[in-house]
Amino acid sequence: MVEIFGVPLPALMGQLMLGLVNGSFYAMLSLGLAVIFGMLNIINFAHGALYMAGAFLAWFGLQYWNIGYWQSLLLVPLVVGAFGIVIERTMLQWLYKLDHLYGLLLTFGLALIIEGLFRDQFGVSGQPYAIPDELSGALNLGFMFLPKYRAWVIVASLTVCAATWFAIEKTRLGSYLRAATENPKLTQAFGINVPVMVMLTYGFGVALAALAGVLAAPALQVNPLMGSNLIISVFAVVVIGGMGSILGSILTGLGLGVIEGLTKVFYPEASATVVFIVMALVLMVRPAGLFGKEK
Amino acid sequence: MKYATPAYAVAFLLLLAAPFFVYPVLLMKVLCFALFACAFNLLLGYTGLLSFGHAAFFGAAAYVAGHALKVWELPALAGILLGAGASALLGWAFGSLAIRRQGIYFAMITLALAQMMYFFFLQAPFTGGEDGLQGVSRGSLFGLVDLEKDINLYYFVLAIAVFGFWLIHRTIHSPFGQILKAIRENEPRAISLGYDVARYKLLAFVLSAGLAGLAGATKMLVFQFAALTDAHWHMSGEVVLMTILGGMGTVFGPVVGSAVIVTLETELADKVGSLVTVIMGAIFVICVLLFRRGIVGELLALRKRT
Repeated sequence: MVEIFGVPLPALMGQLMLGLVNGSFYAMLSLGLAVIFGMLNIINFAHGALYMAGAFLAWFGLQYWNIGYWQSLLLVPLVVGAFGIVIERTMLQWLYKLDHLYGLLLTFGLALIIEGLFRDQFGVSGQPYAIPDELSGALNLGFMFLPKYRAWVIVASLTVCAATWFAIEKTRLGSYLRAATENPKLTQAFGINVPVMVMLTYGFGVALAALAGVLAAPALQVNPLMGSNLIISVFAVVVIGGMGSILGSILTGLGLGVIEGLTKVFYPEASATVVFIVMALVLMVRPAGLFGKEK
Repeated sequence: MKYATPAYAVAFLLLLAAPFFVYPVLLMKVLCFALFACAFNLLLGYTGLLSFGHAAFFGAAAYVAGHALKVWELPALAGILLGAGASALLGWAFGSLAIRRQGIYFAMITLALAQMMYFFFLQAPFTGGEDGLQGVSRGSLFGLVDLEKDINLYYFVLAIAVFGFWLIHRTIHSPFGQILKAIRENEPRAISLGYDVARYKLLAFVLSAGLAGLAGATKMLVFQFAALTDAHWHMSGEVVLMTILGGMGTVFGPVVGSAVIVTLETELADKVGSLVTVIMGAIFVICVLLFRRGIVGELLALRKRT
């Protein structure tokens, strides 16, 4: 059997794939955080909780309402996105003129509420979500077995990320968005309804988190704590990459996932902390982050 | 503030008499968290830095002090000082990384570093993992005062807390504290006035971390165990909540906030179970939306108006 540094190739590739799966979630969540921060100047602490809510809604759908995986993939982001719009209209919109930290504190409170409610209902144990029939099983690539579902998660989230990048960088709506991020007052003077764009941006960012949640449901277990554990790693990813560039967020997310996967193979003890260690190293060498703009 | 000195005297007398009327362990818990929140307020309220990772210092000191007392069998005071010192050292390491970025990034960096410490405590051999360090004996003070008795321990904890408050009070009202406020109000201006802002921020961070550690180590002594919850991000959030609920940037705000939160948690723990988190979250949301100055801040504003 082929070995690399004493690790059998299939095991190495397996962890690498798992790392890419995690990296896809990092990428989708940090992308949503970056888009929201650009427009609202708010770091959305509730992002992890809404990702968890997305996974749970998919589980509910399958369990009680006979809504399958594919329908969930479309419906759950819509529902959570609508919920996000309600949050934006009723709470966040009053904070835009205040210090950034109030947005963080408010969304932290929301995260506690959402997580607490789910914990109260479901405890801390995980709920299994079956992989849909079309995606169960594995492909034999010769040097490794590739579970179909993992491949699907990576392809799907990369597609979503690429589409988001395209929509923001290459379309007219995206140019409005970038203009409003750069200078909201001037953009509004050109007759573009900035408050509505802000509202929709939050809804979209949150929907992205929920979509990641649905994708995660069959890959990981559906668990009330899955969001808060993830969001702190995503914060580290955001610090490493900086929120200036969309492509930067995606690449950093994937890269960190891979690094985490490799750490699991070569030094498992550090696999939970490696993201934070990388963050500390980046802060020492390049304080503005890898893709960040120096102020 | 001509009423300040009599007010402090009355508060101190009340605290001296309190254990005869209220359960001392609850009072000690309030004192520890009040010190924790005041230490945190030094950073958020007076320097304008939002640290979302103060649980790391609280928890680290608890573990170090617990280990010192249980394994090395050091006396109580030495263990507590060792814990606080370890937290100050950790604060120096975290602070020098975190002050490289500003605003919202500062909060995210401190949160991430604290999470790293959480995983470290989960895995490290000396912390007892999920079980924590249990059954730490309180020992005695200089071999004279038996701290196993709650009432004796109460006055010991009170002395530590008063020392902590005094130190924070001195810091706030010193020239150093004035410079911290200048940084909070307008950092570029402080830089242009020739202050080495990074050094002042770091010093404030170390001081805050050390005092948070003092609180954590003392709490360990009261409850005789150190556990992962001390270092969890919920704890970081809790101290933020205590500070903004009481009123950040006010001397007494964090004390009031921690008294309210600790009492609320103790009262609610049996009745609503895990819904406590939901209630804490709701208080957060209400504080941010409706009264950002906090309880003490609003009272001060009310008095100014009349």
